[in-house]
Amino acid sequence: MRPWIVPVIAALLLAALPAVLTPYTQDLVVKIAIYAVFALSLELLVGAAGLVSLGHAAFLGIGAYVTVMATGDGGAASALWLLPAAMGAAALYAIFVGALSLRTKGVYFIMVTLAFAQMAYFVFHDTKLGGGSDGIFLYSKPVIQFGKTVLLDLDRKADLYYTVLAALVGTYALLALINRSRFGHALAGIRVNEQRMRAAGFATYGYKLAAFVIAGALAGLAGFLLAVKDGAVNPELLSWHESGAVLLMIILGGIGSLRGAVIGAVAFTLLKELYQSEALLGPLAAHWQLTLGLTIIAFVALLPKGLIGLKARLSGGAHA
Amino acid sequence: MRDPKTDATEPLLRSNLLTRRFGGLTAVNGVTLGFHVGEVHAVIGTNGAGKSTLINMLSGEMPATSGSIHFDGHDITDWPQPQRARAGLGRSYQRTTIFPEFSVLENCRLCAQAALPRAWAVWESAQHCEASLATAREALERAGLSDDAQRSAGTLSHGGKRQLEIAMCLATKPRVLLLDEPLAGMGAEETERMLALLGALKQSHAVLLVEHDMDAVFRIADRITVMVNGEVIASDAPAAIRANRDVQTAYLGEGH
Repeated sequence: MRPWIVPVIAALLLAALPAVLTPYTQDLVVKIAIYAVFALSLELLVGAAGLVSLGHAAFLGIGAYVTVMATGDGGAASALWLLPAAMGAAALYAIFVGALSLRTKGVYFIMVTLAFAQMAYFVFHDTKLGGGSDGIFLYSKPVIQFGKTVLLDLDRKADLYYTVLAALVGTYALLALINRSRFGHALAGIRVNEQRMRAAGFATYGYKLAAFVIAGALAGLAGFLLAVKDGAVNPELLSWHESGAVLLMIILGGIGSLRGAVIGAVAFTLLKELYQSEALLGPLAAHWQLTLGLTIIAFVALLPKGLIGLKARLSGGAHA
Repeated sequence: MRDPKTDATEPLLRSNLLTRRFGGLTAVNGVTLGFHVGEVHAVIGTNGAGKSTLINMLSGEMPATSGSIHFDGHDITDWPQPQRARAGLGRSYQRTTIFPEFSVLENCRLCAQAALPRAWAVWESAQHCEASLATAREALERAGLSDDAQRSAGTLSHGGKRQLEIAMCLATKPRVLLLDEPLAGMGAEETERMLALLGALKQSHAVLLVEHDMDAVFRIADRITVMVNGEVIASDAPAAIRANRDVQTAYLGEGH
């Protein structure tokens, strides 16, 4: 079976889904799809290039803040320049952070990326730039229109749904292309043995920086979509909780696989939704961090290769 | 146009008073050597004599404290390792450094890819990159690994991994081979095959061979340099080295 068949069927199903969804579940699917874009962007760093970043939320937050701040209160902005602006700003910060942090390795890289994300967090949290700790509202959502013809209005639920779906499909396709390209194979080589790659003639720093900037821009795309969906931003988008959550998503799903990143985003978001639900769990819902944490520990202990490894494990068990 | 007479004696790779200090320790001290195409130039010495440090400096993995390195008319002392590799300095490692989870072919294809243009063409599939595949197959053929091309590299025998290490080095189309103990841990038959390969490779490459197997060294080397405590105490043809009294007292007499 060709590797793209399952993703294509999944995308077609998602495209047909709004016909049967309630507004609440449609909203949930949009949220999951946005987090899937975010998780995929980190998968390029962690899974493909072996660069474990604990500051990836900075790029999500910058994309979201730029979307809101560049819109201002002068009416709806055109998505045609707002989206590139959000992704471009995230990419610019990624160039800056990547250029400095990629000179370090391993646990130092984790700490430096975390430090740069915290720096960005406090800029938005402690200054009036982005409305301080309360954040700011997005008063008018982006549109695409020519003259009087409105092609896209992200205030409409259906438009938002299909825009998010297109972003997810586009991100997945881009990363699948990267993984099969020479660039992707070089990243895989760097993940396994960077020194050997340098000895073969690869200027590895440039490859890693390129991956870091692409990942940052894609996280900026997720930030744009999140700001539009929620109609507001606040500094928590850049917090290390968010960076940790997206790392947990790809661990939960299975590092080293694009499908794993998507499945991890689905599982994490659904689990969080479940444990936060007072209707289902009553007073326990207040302690969702505890229940979610224990569940993730159980998953990681039982499925070290993530949910994506479940299939191999089940079929392996059947043969045993 | 250079005079063919000096061309014959002009080494492809040359170190000039190359020195490396680690704090108070001088690992390599004022080493001046030349490496010629058509020669296997063995560097021998006890552990800690500075052989690996010398290779690390020549390949660019470690900066020199002082002295200079010249390759094909260029002063490459300040070149970073990837640039030296693309220019034609290939090295192998004492500890096997293959990519165990990739196929044998992909190990070589990846190394062959380093010198190709358009590294950013993400719409092109790596597995169908004919240029790097052709180079990789040629390197595997030379190293005698063609039959194992599709195997996962981690499943090769120890000798097979050492052969792959050389094949990966060849896949970068080097002009100089810096080989750090390629025979380490090899059986008699594998050693024979590797020596035959080195004999063939020296026709078109300058070969620096760091090796502990003295029988092999004296059989294959055209020139032997003996290092003791970071310094060159002798550099000559094998017969002259064998007869050299300093070498006998300092090295060959002790434990060999």
